[in-house]
Amino acid sequence: MPLYHTDDQAMLADSARGFMADEGNIAKQLRHFRDMSCKDGFGHALWGQFAEMGFTGMLVAEADGGLGMGYVEAGIVLEEIGRNLTPSPFLTSSVMAATALGAGGDDLRARYLPGLLDGSSVYAVAIDEGPKHRPERISTTATRAGNGFKLSGKKSFVMQGGSADMLVVAARTGGSADDDAGITLFAVPKDAAGLSLDSVRLVDSAMAAHVVLDNVQLDADAVIGEVDGGRAVLNKVLSAGRVGAAAESVGVGMGAFDMTTTYLKQRKQFGKLIGEFQSLQHRAAHLYSELEIARAAVIKAQQLLDGGSDKAELMVSVAKAKAGQAAGLAVREGVQMHGGIGMTDEYDIGLYMKRDRALAEFMGDHYYHAQRVAELSGY
Amino acid sequence: MSDPEAFRAEIRAWLEANCPPEMREPVRGEDDVCWGGRNFQFKSAAQKAWLEACVAKGYTVPDWPVAYGGAGLSAAQAKILREEMNRIGARPPLSSFGIWMLGPALLKFGTEEQKVHYLGQVARGEIRWCQGYSEPGSGSDLVSLQTFGEDQGEHWVVNGQKIWTSYADKADWIFCLVRTDKANKYQGISFLLFDMASPGVSTKPILLISGNSPFCETFFDNVRVPKDQLVGELNRGWDVAKYLLGHEREMISGAGGADRMNTIGAILSRNGGVEDPLLRAELAMFDVDALAYGAMGEKFLDEVKVGKGHPAGSNMMKYAGTELNKRRHELLMAAGGSAALEWDSEQSNGGGRARGWLRTKANSIEGGTSEVMLNVIAKRILDLPGA
Repeated sequence: MPLYHTDDQAMLADSARGFMADEGNIAKQLRHFRDMSCKDGFGHALWGQFAEMGFTGMLVAEADGGLGMGYVEAGIVLEEIGRNLTPSPFLTSSVMAATALGAGGDDLRARYLPGLLDGSSVYAVAIDEGPKHRPERISTTATRAGNGFKLSGKKSFVMQGGSADMLVVAARTGGSADDDAGITLFAVPKDAAGLSLDSVRLVDSAMAAHVVLDNVQLDADAVIGEVDGGRAVLNKVLSAGRVGAAAESVGVGMGAFDMTTTYLKQRKQFGKLIGEFQSLQHRAAHLYSELEIARAAVIKAQQLLDGGSDKAELMVSVAKAKAGQAAGLAVREGVQMHGGIGMTDEYDIGLYMKRDRALAEFMGDHYYHAQRVAELSGY
Repeated sequence: MSDPEAFRAEIRAWLEANCPPEMREPVRGEDDVCWGGRNFQFKSAAQKAWLEACVAKGYTVPDWPVAYGGAGLSAAQAKILREEMNRIGARPPLSSFGIWMLGPALLKFGTEEQKVHYLGQVARGEIRWCQGYSEPGSGSDLVSLQTFGEDQGEHWVVNGQKIWTSYADKADWIFCLVRTDKANKYQGISFLLFDMASPGVSTKPILLISGNSPFCETFFDNVRVPKDQLVGELNRGWDVAKYLLGHEREMISGAGGADRMNTIGAILSRNGGVEDPLLRAELAMFDVDALAYGAMGEKFLDEVKVGKGHPAGSNMMKYAGTELNKRRHELLMAAGGSAALEWDSEQSNGGGRARGWLRTKANSIEGGTSEVMLNVIAKRILDLPGA
């Protein structure tokens, strides 16, 4: 398979780009909801429009009413979300939760997928339990009780948790914290007794929740996939989230880069355009090269994941690490090359820096993923 | 191609039958590379058999037309062949500046007679080519070159000097930039082909910091070049030169790509491991970049084959690939410790690692420096002012 978009994918990219620039742009979405201190951090109207565009159900199987597309297609939408810093629950609901639900039974899918498809529901994913991404370690417990399970534990960095109608929770039904086996995924409704959330605003104005599960009683039908065999599904959800976050990072990096090169062609100092100075030209050219390479790595990872390749996991970590580093360079160079105005709230370049920081952390930073590349390579 | 999987099966069966086991071992050094040419000595019967098998099928240049010695494969088929060769670790049957650089230029600018004659020789590995571009006063500023070809009716008489001519002392023929009009800088250069055995051609190897001499000074003293050995139009050789440089940059950039999915850290670990955690961390960061660059290389080639991608993209590939390769060799030296410092001992394979490390320092100089590449990206891709 060639490593570029097919004609259909290119058409999707065109429509996603137009839609996001018109409807998901910074003024209409990010600044609007930030400035009103929105409790969700995103707009439900836009989420409804995502549904009308077919975006919310991209990864949902056609038999379940979705479009049955893959991570390449979801990545196309995420790159545009990144470019426009569009706040939305797309990555958590339509990519990660949809991937989890895809492994669920008929009843679960019938219960939760319609709300995702029509944009009336938002789903969150609760995996991490500390400030750094460490999904190998799951301490939250699910003990058998009656006809079901009782969940207890704490989760953090649950994006849009406070807005979610259901949380996909990774818990331990067996083994100890660092064991691979003994993981089970649950679909936990927001109104479950014993579930409490503390929503916090992050540096990029997105809302994340600290979640406490205090003997949350669930029926057996809340289990997604197999009891004790949830690690395989969890790994799918993680790969989906990682490659998705990487695609969004590329969009953030590209957006910051476009703003910056535009500025280099407008701003004059010492009687000439600052883009004429070779020191800035070379840094911009280096940055271009890094972003292009990151983009290639992300597309490669998406294709391997869609094709079910056993090399996908390695390339997903390469993509997440590389995209994080390239986008990080883009926002840092962006602020520096803008000079003083780059530090002002009025200019958008600083918003890119904030979004990049949050994305870098989400689903593991480049330190975590470089470490994984070493482990998966056998050293 | 009607059925890619049938084609893949066919290629697999052919490779199984024709690629000798010795030719599936990693290339250990310059000795293992098959360059072809009039004076080439095969290192083994397997090396010779592998070349001959590929020549017979046109697989030394799979995507060239059959009439010019290729196999006439589509882009998708050529990719399948590449993937299947990579899968079994097959060595390239033939390494050749004729394939990488002259070939694409002749395919675009050559006459039909030139294509049939020269490309066929290249495909069969009969003639080894070298490139006469840089001069002592014309490095990054290549267009200032002064080697002069005087029109004497039936032929040109060439006088001047080239430098950094790779393997000039081993090459059979040269493709050479020669000034044919002193009044026009860009439109006064012609692209000539001639035999290195012509009277008046002499070469002098240059000893490098690696202790090796892959480059030469090349001198032309009244060398007569027949008129039909001009490629493209008279005085428009700069167009050919630039086109060819694009391909040279692709070739050099390939050096940095990770041996797909075979990371440097994994290779070093198999040879005794890496104890220092910070070095291990740097290896991991390098492997991220190398694997990502490997994907970029695949994307770049896929796009080139169908005319997508930016026409100046090879400059980015060259820049990133050569910088990566230098980093790779810095890490190899660090991982090797004092053993990597040995210069001529048997156990160090004649100082292979140290000499290889030093050699890579030329990667970001030859074929256009990294700084020139960044200038080109700034100007042609980013359209920055005054660049």
